[in-house]
Order: sequence, then C-alpha cells, then structure tokens
Amino acid sequence: MVLRFNFTLGLVLVVLVVLGAILAGHVAPYDPIMDADLMSSEMPPSWEHWMGTDGQGRDVFSRVLYGARVSLTVGLISQLINSVIGTSLGVSAGYFGGWWDDFVNGLTNVMLAIPSLVFALAIMAVLGPGLPSLLIALGLTNWSWTCRIARSSTLSLKNQGFVQAAKTAGFGDLNIMRTQILPNILGPVLVIATLGIGGAVLSEAALSFLGVGIRPPQPSWGNMLSDARELIRTAPWAAIFPGLAIFATVLGFNLLGDGLRDMLDPHMRTRKA
Amino acid sequence: MSDLLPDPILSVRDLRLGIGSSHRILHGVSFDILPGEAYGLVGESGSGKSVTGLAIMGLLKRPLTVTGGTIHFQGRDLLGMRPRERRQLRGDRIAMVFQEPMTALNPLVTIGRQIAEMFVIHRGMGWPEARRKAVEALESVRVPAPEERARAYPHQLSGGMRQRVMIAIALACRPDLLIADEPTTALDVTVQAGVLELMADLCRAEGTAVLLVSHDLGVIANMCQRVGVMDRGRLVEEQDTRNIFTNPLHPYTRGLLASRPRLGSREPGQRGRLTELEEVVAAKDRGRDMPTLITPRGPRLVEGAGA
Amino acid sequence: MMRFILRRTLQMIPTMLAVVLIIFVIFSVVPGSFITSLMSEGRNATNAQVLTHLNEQFGLDQPLLVRLWNYLWGLAHFDLGISYRTREPVWNVIEPRLWPSIKLALCAMGFAAVVGIPLGFLAALKPGSVFDSGTMVVAVSGLSLPEFWFGLLLMYVFALNLGWLPSFGYQPGSIRHIILPAIALGVSPMALLARTTRAGVLDVMNADFVRTARAKGLAEPRLVRSHVARNVLVLILTTMGLQIGALMGQAIVVEKLFSWPGIGSLLVDSVSVRDIPVVQGAVLVIVLWFLVINMLVDITYALIDPRIKVG
Repeated sequence: MVLRFNFTLGLVLVVLVVLGAILAGHVAPYDPIMDADLMSSEMPPSWEHWMGTDGQGRDVFSRVLYGARVSLTVGLISQLINSVIGTSLGVSAGYFGGWWDDFVNGLTNVMLAIPSLVFALAIMAVLGPGLPSLLIALGLTNWSWTCRIARSSTLSLKNQGFVQAAKTAGFGDLNIMRTQILPNILGPVLVIATLGIGGAVLSEAALSFLGVGIRPPQPSWGNMLSDARELIRTAPWAAIFPGLAIFATVLGFNLLGDGLRDMLDPHMRTRKA
Repeated sequence: MSDLLPDPILSVRDLRLGIGSSHRILHGVSFDILPGEAYGLVGESGSGKSVTGLAIMGLLKRPLTVTGGTIHFQGRDLLGMRPRERRQLRGDRIAMVFQEPMTALNPLVTIGRQIAEMFVIHRGMGWPEARRKAVEALESVRVPAPEERARAYPHQLSGGMRQRVMIAIALACRPDLLIADEPTTALDVTVQAGVLELMADLCRAEGTAVLLVSHDLGVIANMCQRVGVMDRGRLVEEQDTRNIFTNPLHPYTRGLLASRPRLGSREPGQRGRLTELEEVVAAKDRGRDMPTLITPRGPRLVEGAGA
Repeated sequence: MMRFILRRTLQMIPTMLAVVLIIFVIFSVVPGSFITSLMSEGRNATNAQVLTHLNEQFGLDQPLLVRLWNYLWGLAHFDLGISYRTREPVWNVIEPRLWPSIKLALCAMGFAAVVGIPLGFLAALKPGSVFDSGTMVVAVSGLSLPEFWFGLLLMYVFALNLGWLPSFGYQPGSIRHIILPAIALGVSPMALLARTTRAGVLDVMNADFVRTARAKGLAEPRLVRSHVARNVLVLILTTMGLQIGALMGQAIVVEKLFSWPGIGSLLVDSVSVRDIPVVQGAVLVIVLWFLVINMLVDITYALIDPRIKVG
C-alpha cells in the first residue's frame, strides 16, 4: 500500500507539472519576460504575486509555470532520444553479437566512465547555449543504461529459443527484433526512461544554473536559481520556488518510475512491501 | 496401549497452520516421536511436511503462522514458551538440517568457525577451544583432512561435504531431536547413501531422535522405524515402516508407492503415478472417505475431518 | 593479486584512449577557441597576424590527426599541453585543484555513509514499519533534490541567517568551510546508500544461511553482527566506491555554488572561456579518478569475498 501511495503521489505531481506547462499561457497572470516592473522588484509573495517578484520585477509564479515548459520539453525529448539510441544499440548488439557487440560494449563502458554532467557540459560548450543544443547534449549523454538493459534482455530472449524458432520460420531479422524482442523490453526501458526524465530535468537545471543551458531572459528553473543567488538575502522566495518546482517534478518522475518498476517486477514487490 | 512405551520426546497434537485466517496449510496434524526413534514424514510437495518441521523449530516465516494445536517437546509446551526460551532450545536440544547445502552456509565465513559457533553460543567455550571441537566434529562426520577443511570456505566443498558439515553443526551439541528436511534430495545420487548412513549411525550412537522429512519412501525406509504419510496438510496413515510397503492401508499411500520409479521398468514412475493417483483421487471424490487416519489398529477419524 | 591489479590497470588504457579521442573530436568542432575570443574587437591586419602567430604557437593550424597524435604523444610523457589562457602547462593549472576536489568527495561520502547506512539498515530490520516507509520517502526525496538548490538553502539558513558557517571559500585544514558543500553534495549518495543498504539487508535476511543461523539458536544481535553485516558489507562498499568515483563529476555545480576551488569549477570556468587544453585535461582527470576508484572497489571486493578468484 505504501507503494501504491508513492505511485499515486508521483502521478499527481507529474500531472500537475504537465498541466502547469501546457496551461502556462492561460494560467500565468503575467508575461514571464516582458512584465518586468523594476518598481516592484523583490517583492515577497502576495495576492498580486503568488510567489513574489524577482530582481527584475517579474512575477515568479508566471516564470515558474513557463519554466515547466522548458523542463518538461527537455526531459521528455532528451529521454526519447536516449531511449531510441540505447534501445537500437543494445538490441542490435545483443542480437547480432560479434564485433558490433564488442564495439557497443566498449562504447557503453566509455560513456559510463564519463560523468553525464561533464559530457553534457562539453557538448554544450561546442554547440552553444539554447534549447536545441540542450536536447542534443542530453540526448547523447544518458543512453548507456538503456543500452545495457536492452542488450541483456535481448541476450536472454535469444537464449530462450523463440528467436531461433522465428528465424527458422523465415522471419527477417528486423521483423524479429520488432515483434519478438521489442515488446518484451518495453517495460524495463520505460522504467529507465521515466527515472531518466527526472535526471534530465535535474541536468537541464544544473546546466542552466551554470549559464550554459537556457539563457535568460527565457525562464528556466535553473537560470532562475542562478539569478536568485545574488538576491538570496533580500528575496529568498525567488530561489525557493523554482527549486521547489524542480524538486517536485523530479520527485514525481522518480516515484512514478519506482512505482512502475515495482509493478513490473512482482518479485521485487513482495520484498519491498 | 501406550502404557509400555516411554513418554514421547515430541508430541504434536492437532497442529494447524495457515496464512491469515483464510488459507489453511495444515489441517490438524498429530503424531508422536519416541526418544531415540527415527520417524519419517513422507508426502508430495505441498503436503505440508516441511512446514511441520519448521513449525516445530519455530522457524516459520511471516505470513505463515500456527493457528491451532500444540507441540510438546520433552513435556514442555513449545508454542506457549517465551521466544527466548525457545531460542535456547534451538541448536542445543532440537536441531535441523535443511535441503539445500549449497546455500545453507555463510559463504564468507570458514567452515570451522561456523561449526565452532555452536560451542561458543551453547557451551560457553572460548573460540580456540571451540575450533578444536569443530575439527573433532568434522572428523565425526567423516570429512577427510578435517584441519584443512576447517579453514576452508563453503564454496570450496562439494555438496555432499557441505551436508556433512551441516550435520556436524546440527549434532555438535548432541541434541535430543534432529529434524532433517529432505537432507539428500539436492545431492548427487552417488553420495546420498553415504550421507544418510552417516546420519543414521550418528543418531543411533547418541540416541538422538530423528524426524526425517522426505518425498522419497525409499530414503525413509532405510532409516525410520515408523512412517507418517501426509497428503495436503493432513496425516492420513501411520505405520511401522516394515508394514507400509507390504500392506499400505490408505489409497493415497498406495498411490505414492506405485509412483516410485522402479529400476528396470520402462517409463518408471510417471505413468504409474498418473493412473494410480487418478484412481486415488477418483476414489476420494466418490466415497468422500477422506481423511481418515489409518493405523494398524484400524481406521480412526481424524479430528476436524470433513471440514 | 598483483597480476589482477596489472590486468585491470591495462584495461583502463583503451577506455582512457577512447575518452581522449571523443573529447578531442568534440572540441575540434568548436568554431572558436580562447584564442579567437581574445581577438574579438575588430579585425585588422595586425590582429590577423597575431592570431596566426598564436595559432601556430599552439599548433592549431595543423590538421586534426596531427594534432591528435601530438596530444597523445604528449600524454604518454604526462604532458597535458599548455593552457590557452594562462600559457602555463595544463598540469600546473589542474594540480592545485585536485586535493580540494578529492577532499570534498571524501567528506560528502563520509556524510552519506554515516547517515545513509544506518538508516537503510534499521529500515530493513523493521520492514513495512512506519520507520521503514519514512526512511524510503526521505531516500527518494534525497535523490530528487537538486543539490545546488539544497546548497543554496543551506547557505541561506546556516551561513547568511545564522552565521554559523561560512558560505564560500576554502581554507586548507578548515572544517567549517567544508561542512555545507559536503552536505549538499552528500545528500544524493546518502539517499542511494540508504536504499541499497536496505535492499541488501533484506536480501540477506531472507537468505538460506541466515535461516541456518537461526536454526543454530543464534540471538538476533549476534546473527546480525556475524552473518548479516558481513555479507551486506560487500554490497555497501561497492555502492560507496562507485559513488565516490562519480562524485567528482557531480561536484561541478556544488563547487561553483560554494566557490570551492576544485576540478569541477575549473572545468566550468574553462568551458566558458573555451580554454580547450584545460578542459581536456580536467575531463581526463575526472575519468581517470572514476576508473581508478572502480579498480580499487574491485580489489576490495576480491579481498572480502573468498569466492572471487584473483589473478
């Protein structure tokens, strides 16, 4: 029951964030970039400004809502890219074996040796700041675990014989991979992807915080935190709320991912309960 | 009837076991074991024979609980005891040997230390002396080169050796009752006989009573004076071992005997098992004549039958 | 054992080479570098000449493969190149940053272990209890927490408001300065350790040999001490080791936040000014740290678990 509570909470959080992102245009009381009133900068939370204003007089609440768009976009798309890369490499490596398998293994080991933030940082340095660069950078960074799982699942499926059976029946390689292997690995891949969305949101926030991700004045929770650093004494709310948003989003996806994992692996479920 | 017999060392009465209040596993099992006697409990998987042994030891895992009945050991009520008292009996007066020698020992601790631990906890010995006794124990279970073996780790020993170590641990404190749960099932056929013989010899020499749980009537026949047959949580027949082969009384027992693989026959066991058991099941459904406890003294209805 | 170490060390080399290759290739795509950013004001003949001269000096006018070969040759002689910005050898720039980063990683891990392991242990000994659920909630929260936000909050509360601890800077030998960054960095590993420890203890408690130990009549405390703890230790050490290996890379943001003079903040600074040789050097050091720690973990594993055959 604790597990279902976790899963439900995660779902609620994620839905809230998604709604916030989608409806930002309608719900946000102010424009996140243009409505900058220096006269009312660094104002604490009030009825006019639910989360207060930042150093430029912009409404924090509106910026948080629009920031959700960035975070979710980065999270979902980069994870999609990760999953595609990881699955293709992993399944093909497990399926065909041989030198391709060795190559993919070596590549995965190398990728695992480079901390993801470092790698993403390096790529951002090359591509320059901005949303497209973030998508590419994060998309290229976190596919290793997906690849591992895809590969080991493919190997175990191969050993179970029905791949062999399908081959004998005359099915082509691509067909087999699509119809036999893919459906079976979808579960674990989904779990990793869900947990990975949380990680991608954190990475995007970190990169934007460092100044190499989304540049101001475009609101991103990360760069909002960076701006709020100087104001921490006078306007702590400018730092509290964006960070809280990151926390809630990542927590939501983590709980969701954990819940999915426990649902897919009944053995694990009885152990944790 | 029992006036000439000594008091039983173990007395199980109407033992019930289950998960929660809905799922019953044991439906009221009763039997006695006399001091120094070897008693066999036979049945198929799921008959409840293993959990009976675990219940006596007090090693039932959560959700399983005892829901009724009593277990008396040397006249003492095991189920009513405080956990601490019960723990003190474990290993010292009642010991158990399990089925899987491969996983039953701690892989990170030497054999010698795992045996010596018995002496340290139950006899209050210091470690050096306990280690010496451990080597003696290894000798008694006929493990060659005992000093070397004492320094070895479990993974360095074969399955048969490990089971001998388990026996050494179990008999270290010369318990009054040894419960052996399928002790040779996981072993190679070639070493099974040796391990069983060892157990039989040692227990006979010390006067240790044995509760031998197995699905294999042959194993039980070699060692036990009396046998109890279990079917789906009930004890359905109890006889001297000699007689049970020649004169099985309960249809279930007959089915069990018929399903044993016999040397020389084609397709041993399998086909026999299906047809015989089908017959048994059909007979039960027809006559609703189960469960009756059939003893040499005549059929006796078990309490709670028909529930 | 020595053969094992040698073998593992040799195994690191291809990985390092691959990392060098990848980083090199990535940065050769960079349209500009620190050099060109120096020349940002206007273009005239003099500036172009200086640019060409600088390019020559740093060997940037050579084709990619030649540059790569030169770099690898330099690596073989432990020469990491020259910083574009300060004209010093890259190693001289990196070296003073090493110990602060290592210290921070070790302290963060220390915090994580001291809090996380007991938490996970106790949670596993009472599975399904309120304490257990509570601990797991804390754990998943710790994993979801952005460490720079948490660090900022810590800074706000403890440094700026309460004034107990300094909010930035580094004094060798000072404990006060390392507390806040270590805690901020350590929350995530702490959460992971708590979860892993709990899972490990539960696994062991359900193992057959623990049932045997109970059958022997062992009391819980001795059981846990002699049988459970030892067997979980392997899992815990492995997790801790892997975390320490990854911490140097994860410390980037915390280092920047607390102005901690470590490799992470060096990396960020160098990336923003495009001081490529330093970036390459820093990445190499971080990866090397990870690989060496992994090897140490494997060695420790082999020492503890008698089942592992070494050499």
